[in-house]
Amino acid sequence: MPESTPITASAVAEVVDAALAAVAAATSMSELRAARAEHAGDSSPLARLNGSLKSIDPADRAAAGKLVGQARARVGQAFAPREAELAVAEESQRLADEAMDVTAVASRWNAGARHPLSLLMERMSDVFIAMGWEIGDGPELENEWFNFDALNMDEDHPARSEQDTFFVDPIDSHLVLRTQTSPVQIRSLLARELPVYVVSPGKVFRKDELDATHTPVFHQIEGIAIDKGLTMANLRGTLEHLARAMFGEDAQIRLRPNYFPFTEPSAEMDVWQPNAKGGARWVEWGGCGMVNSNVLRAAGVDPDVYQGFAFGMGIERTLQFRNDMNDMRDMVEGDIRFSQQFGMVV
Amino acid sequence: MRVPISWLREFVDIPLDVTHEQIHAALVKVGFEEEDVHGFELSGPIVVGQVLEFTPEPQSNGKTINWCQVDVGDTEPRGIVCGAHNFSVGDKVVVSLPGAVLPGPFPIAARKTYGHVSDGMMASARELGMGEEHDGILLLSSLGLDPVVGTEAVPLLGLDDFAVEINVTPDRGYAFSIRGIAREYSHSTGATFRDPALAPTPVAGTGFAVTVDDVAPIRGRVGATVFVTRVVRGIDASRPTPPWMIARLGLAGIRSISLTVDITNYVMLELGQPTHAYDLDKLSGGIVVRRAIAGETLTTLDDRSRNLSTEDLLITDGSGPIGLAGVMGGASTEIDPASTNVLVEAANFDPTSIARTARRHKLPSEASRRFERGVDPAVAEVAAARVVELLVELGAGTAESLGSVFDDSTARTPIALPDGYIAGLIGAQFSADEITGALTDIGCLVDAAADGLSVTPPSWRPDLTDRATLAEEVARIVGYDRIPSVLPVAPPGRGLTREQRLRRSASASLASAGLTEVLAYPFLNQASNDLFGSPIAGTIPAVKLANAIDSEAAWLRTSLLPGLVTVARRNLSRGLTDLAIFEVGTVFLPESGRSYGSDALPAGNAYPLPEVLDELRGSIPAQPWHVAALFVGDAVAKQPGQPSIQRGLSDAISTAQHLAAVLASPLTVVTGTHQAMHPGRTAELRSGDRVVGYAGELLPSLAAELDLPRVVAVLELDLDALIELGAEQIAPTPIVSYPAATQDLTLVVPEAVRAGELLAVLVEGAGELLENVALVDDYRGAGIPDGSKSLTFALRFRATDRTLTAAEATEAKTAAVALATTMMGAVLRE
Repeated sequence: MPESTPITASAVAEVVDAALAAVAAATSMSELRAARAEHAGDSSPLARLNGSLKSIDPADRAAAGKLVGQARARVGQAFAPREAELAVAEESQRLADEAMDVTAVASRWNAGARHPLSLLMERMSDVFIAMGWEIGDGPELENEWFNFDALNMDEDHPARSEQDTFFVDPIDSHLVLRTQTSPVQIRSLLARELPVYVVSPGKVFRKDELDATHTPVFHQIEGIAIDKGLTMANLRGTLEHLARAMFGEDAQIRLRPNYFPFTEPSAEMDVWQPNAKGGARWVEWGGCGMVNSNVLRAAGVDPDVYQGFAFGMGIERTLQFRNDMNDMRDMVEGDIRFSQQFGMVV
Repeated sequence: MRVPISWLREFVDIPLDVTHEQIHAALVKVGFEEEDVHGFELSGPIVVGQVLEFTPEPQSNGKTINWCQVDVGDTEPRGIVCGAHNFSVGDKVVVSLPGAVLPGPFPIAARKTYGHVSDGMMASARELGMGEEHDGILLLSSLGLDPVVGTEAVPLLGLDDFAVEINVTPDRGYAFSIRGIAREYSHSTGATFRDPALAPTPVAGTGFAVTVDDVAPIRGRVGATVFVTRVVRGIDASRPTPPWMIARLGLAGIRSISLTVDITNYVMLELGQPTHAYDLDKLSGGIVVRRAIAGETLTTLDDRSRNLSTEDLLITDGSGPIGLAGVMGGASTEIDPASTNVLVEAANFDPTSIARTARRHKLPSEASRRFERGVDPAVAEVAAARVVELLVELGAGTAESLGSVFDDSTARTPIALPDGYIAGLIGAQFSADEITGALTDIGCLVDAAADGLSVTPPSWRPDLTDRATLAEEVARIVGYDRIPSVLPVAPPGRGLTREQRLRRSASASLASAGLTEVLAYPFLNQASNDLFGSPIAGTIPAVKLANAIDSEAAWLRTSLLPGLVTVARRNLSRGLTDLAIFEVGTVFLPESGRSYGSDALPAGNAYPLPEVLDELRGSIPAQPWHVAALFVGDAVAKQPGQPSIQRGLSDAISTAQHLAAVLASPLTVVTGTHQAMHPGRTAELRSGDRVVGYAGELLPSLAAELDLPRVVAVLELDLDALIELGAEQIAPTPIVSYPAATQDLTLVVPEAVRAGELLAVLVEGAGELLENVALVDDYRGAGIPDGSKSLTFALRFRATDRTLTAAEATEAKTAAVALATTMMGAVLRE
């Protein structure tokens, strides 16, 4: 058994001072761990003092025990605050070390985009959906009857020439690439119960060479409403609502007399675009009118009971004047830089 | 239609200081769109001069110029250099003095040339904008003019006029005339209209034989319903067309040819009635109007021989065809510089017949344009008389009583216009006076009837056929501005259909996944369709256009991929190297051995029988929506601390899986083959047993042929099928919150084993406790036998009703391994 150190107040104080000094001197968690081992571990002076308690005179043991116990408590309590301080310091150092240049981090995603023409068709459709209208779909390769005859364009109508319309070979099979989305109007009237309120957005085809203002493949949105008692005032109201949704609350509609085989009366529609670049202006937007009674008859609707209106406008043209674009080719070439300017917004 | 204002002014009151903007605005109001404005663009001092003397001066360049002294009304004559030689001393000419501007613009200044200071220019007709004539300078005597020296030349020649150009819609043939436009201007402004066709009724000629013998009317309409002829003899062929007429014709877009021809054109513009002048001395016998006989030919005025169709309506005489009725006259009876005796024709031909002939012979003429849109049948006699009048007045001819009037036109029948009808269609109130006034203004006869009006349209308005057309006229004349704005209330709608909604979701999800949407043309060549439209080589059925813009690309697409390839190449050529593009669009898929289309079409203005409608609906090939994508270049670019990640097969396949997940539609990826794709990097995409698409990398040799990089990943799916086979309504399994047990598993299998198939076996073997399994490693090399590979899977087990013990998880894993060993020869690697 080793000679034990006499347990005196001064001896205990010396040990405690040394331990507290070591805790205060630790500048890292590892130094603090080393200090704990040295000053509070199993072989530390305090542990040895504690161990020697059992060998001292029982009469002195209580006082000595109290002395050692208080010392161990003081040393033990010194570690936790220092540990917390060091943990904070170390974490902030780590955060500092982890700092990155946020202007040059590796990118994980590529930004994709919808085509603005698709977005515009959806957006215009949504204006009608919100009013209870529905969206009609129809084939792009169409029978001439739906594309022309049923729309009051008889066999001698100039639009039916090979100069204007794409015909399927052989020509006398009477199939064409639809020149307008209007055949969907006929299909909708044939397929649906009256009243009918339908818009049909989609691709149409005309035999034009591609240039700044023409493309052989373009898009339209057309609407038809057939009900009892619909009037041209309802047509104006509908178009005005659409114009406001698309061009702002100050947009207005102007109707000018015109001619289309499928409507009577017919009108050319101009829109007052209040926020146009270069100043507010009237812009030609599309055609419209009251559905011709021959068209209703072709679709099996009694024109003495039902009447209604139809309208249509080009999506490319709408995008052109609404978004101030000069050259239509940007819309058809598929250069990703074009669509990516739009993201999912039009 | 171009409308010279001085001419318009003859028939309607127009303010003297009117601008073209005001005229256009007035005409737009009644439905004529503004197109353009035309003028002579002359300004500054342009005066009549007289050549006092001139000296020819040969030049070193071989030309001879004339040094002229010209009296322009100043105290001293002007010295002017002139290159033309068609004048003599004493001739009166047009001199543009320094400060003048001729069309071009061509400013005139005193300038030094050929050793003289030329103090102005003697102008040719072309330099003044009066026509194409450029055989020297304009001699005023050639126009029959002898004005005082110094007179302002611009008003003298009618060059101070301008014309507005407007678009006339096809229903308003009458507006292809000064008469019609004057009437419309009056409707718009209220100005007084003077109808030139109300001139005193002309004395009809008789004795000239005209027969209309139409054995094959088109659509039941006889080719000619009116045919008026008149004879004028002794026309002085040397008489010039007066400058005012040249100017008006020029502004209207018609070149001056000769007095007689100019007069027929002038009357056509004025009254809308095409008229023709035959050289009477070249005619043999009377005129027969008939259809052409098969094999017949005619040389038209443009000196082209035309093979005639039996649908062509002809003017013939004893010699055979002498004109393509209503389209173009024949060369054999053409007016020539010596013609003095003339037969004038003013006829009314069937619009359809004329339109077909003009189209068939690619001969749209001023006459055919008018006949196609309908000419007033009542104006023929007036027009013939007007031609005669002008030939007598300007050509010194003598009107003869020889002529003919054939008139088989039908009178207009009244249209019933019930009270309240117009308000019920237009949605605006019009007073009785407004309705009657508007209809009377446009020329209708309006009578009271039992419950409304009985309205007889005028002869020049064939477009007024029913009450709706009358409603339009009333609204138009009163003004469309009267129509109020009333938003109609539609019955409640059901929103987008499932297909419409999911097509939108597909596009939106692809854009969100970093792809850019493109819209390619659907026109392809046959080879592209055959290559991309089918996994195996061979010709596939496709729709061919009869009149494609590019005859090479005459087929409609059966696949979206060729379009994406074209777009990709365009982007790459513009230096954009990293692409992920997609298209959602339709393809055209005719079935092999089926013919499409209709032999004949039902009438357009009646409801077809149900079986006819079914036939029409079934006459077109299937046109399903597809979705396709193409990837090239880097998915992630090289960056600090980050190597590039190249696009490839995984982009194509994960995009397909992403779409399937978005659409809640099952999709299985299995090894596949496709003629356009890399034999080792092609996946067939299935929904159950149905193949719904392919994903893969393009065959490298094909990519090279297409000028694309070696690695191009593509994907095409039948979007309609994906949507159709997807869950219509999701029935989710409840989410279990008991803890999961995860275990890894490494199996050694022959290299040929497909990891996906092994994974499927593990799923089957592990049973229902297995919640998720993922392949996390594929190792080959040291420690693994040649020809084998080591695949590591991470498995997650969970029970729905309790906390799973490790032993239970291990038991399930062991079962999975056992099945994998049995079925695929897998060996567990400890």
